[in-house]
Amino acid sequence: MTDAREYSAAELMTINAARLLRDGDVVFVGVGLPNLACNLARRTHAPNLVMIYEAGVIGAQPSRLPLSIGDPTLVSGALAVCSMYDIFALYLQRGNVDVGFLGGAQIDRFGNINATVIGEYDHPKVRLPGSGGSMEIAAWANRCYIITPHQKRRFPERVDFRTSAGFLSGREEREAARLRGTGPQAVVTDLGILEPDETGELVLTALHPGKTVEQARENTGWGLRIAPELRITPPPTKEELRILREELDPRGIYLKDGG
Amino acid sequence: MSKLMPLSEAIARYVHDGDTVYAAGFTHLIPFAAGHEIIRQRRQGLVLARATPDLIYDQLVAAGCARKVIFSYMGNPGVGSLRIVRAEIEAGNLDWEEYSHFGMISRLQAGATGLPFMPMNPTAAGDLERANPLYKKVIDPYGGGEVVVVPALRPDVAIVHVQRADAEGNAHIWGIIGEQKEAAFAAERVILTAEEIVDAEVIRSDPNRTLIPGFIVDAVCHVPYCAHPSYTQGYYDRDNSFYLKWDEISKTREGVQAYLDEWVYGVKDRAEYWEKLGAETHERLKVGSRPSIVVNYGNY
Repeated sequence: MTDAREYSAAELMTINAARLLRDGDVVFVGVGLPNLACNLARRTHAPNLVMIYEAGVIGAQPSRLPLSIGDPTLVSGALAVCSMYDIFALYLQRGNVDVGFLGGAQIDRFGNINATVIGEYDHPKVRLPGSGGSMEIAAWANRCYIITPHQKRRFPERVDFRTSAGFLSGREEREAARLRGTGPQAVVTDLGILEPDETGELVLTALHPGKTVEQARENTGWGLRIAPELRITPPPTKEELRILREELDPRGIYLKDGG
Repeated sequence: MSKLMPLSEAIARYVHDGDTVYAAGFTHLIPFAAGHEIIRQRRQGLVLARATPDLIYDQLVAAGCARKVIFSYMGNPGVGSLRIVRAEIEAGNLDWEEYSHFGMISRLQAGATGLPFMPMNPTAAGDLERANPLYKKVIDPYGGGEVVVVPALRPDVAIVHVQRADAEGNAHIWGIIGEQKEAAFAAERVILTAEEIVDAEVIRSDPNRTLIPGFIVDAVCHVPYCAHPSYTQGYYDRDNSFYLKWDEISKTREGVQAYLDEWVYGVKDRAEYWEKLGAETHERLKVGSRPSIVVNYGNY
């Protein structure tokens, strides 16, 4: 068994995100950690995972680490390539995507995400890249997962700008909106995993080995509730770490961090 | 009828001050050479539209060519922030109009198909729809609920880079095809740049690969390596090190000015730019061969 000092925060998040994927899932992938998580899942428990990229690539089998969401390695050997309109319309809007990965500068108590602006929209303090595909992915992918470091500034009570919908002001409001997808099902951080309760509020349901409830509370911007049966995630296995380090990101472009 | 002309002539004839320009591409086939030519010809007041404005829009904004950007994701792909556009927006110097990817692409789809607007299912997020009044909601006239609509985007000019085209502008594109076809059909005028100019019979040998027909194209320009530091599938790789380098260059105004002086104003055209990049870069960006298996269209 490995111990808590033998892997980085990025490796820990990637491995835990990979474990959430099911064999056969059709996944809308982003670059960076989601891409690594999907490729790890494909090499372990989910060999039939289908990776879709918003640039219009379906069934990518990248032979090198893609450095952008439009990397040519995603195309060579893929199942299909289509236009951006088709990927969003035929695949996502039509309901052919099982899982979407999302990220953002802020995630609030109900899993709503801000990827647009800090401060006022018309007079931005910090102008962020914007929605990209996340507004539609959050609404229409059957399940969504979020990977993000656990920091107080990233987990405010309310986001400055709601770029994409989590449970809005609570699960009832999302259900009333009759969106196709079921919303965020898990937020994987470097401390543990948050999942929505029956009201849609994110609660701490698992800690990674060696992490504490106090750490999670200190780094969350609302009164974080703890699930009655708090799990401890199994530590990364040697095989998971080997695949990440030797096969997927040998130069440590995404995985090398202080942890 | 041949529409072949030098890129400098195509920009002079078809890109005017104040135009809405759509330089197409999702990471792939970004027409950098055309952007640089626009900068050299000192166009002003442009509205730069594109789902994913990247370094070339940063450079056009830095060079003072633009008054507004229309976009759905504004970043240096795979690297981080688009520093110049971001700083100009934060300083209140640059107008912007913002969509999600699907909203932006639906605007083009409406423009390309001659429709006034395009409907989309609701996403419930709400804030972007409130921030941008061009997002509207209408009731499904067939008894469903509300749908979100965006108006057609009809750029004055689209610039599209392709692997190969004939002299009339019939164009083959493969790899990531983003929104090139939609941009071309939506625009009033179309400038095509191509890695290779081929005989019409090459195009006719594989008609399914023709995304853009020549009769909607105004100018055809033979511009090898037009997309660098972006890439052309099967021709050369993306120069990732330059995308990282731009993140450094664009930290200061002086850095950007020095870059523009050396690599845009300081060269005559793309051929000179490519030569200046040097043998090491040429070698580094070479790609190996992985051809498709030939299809048989049948002899009828």
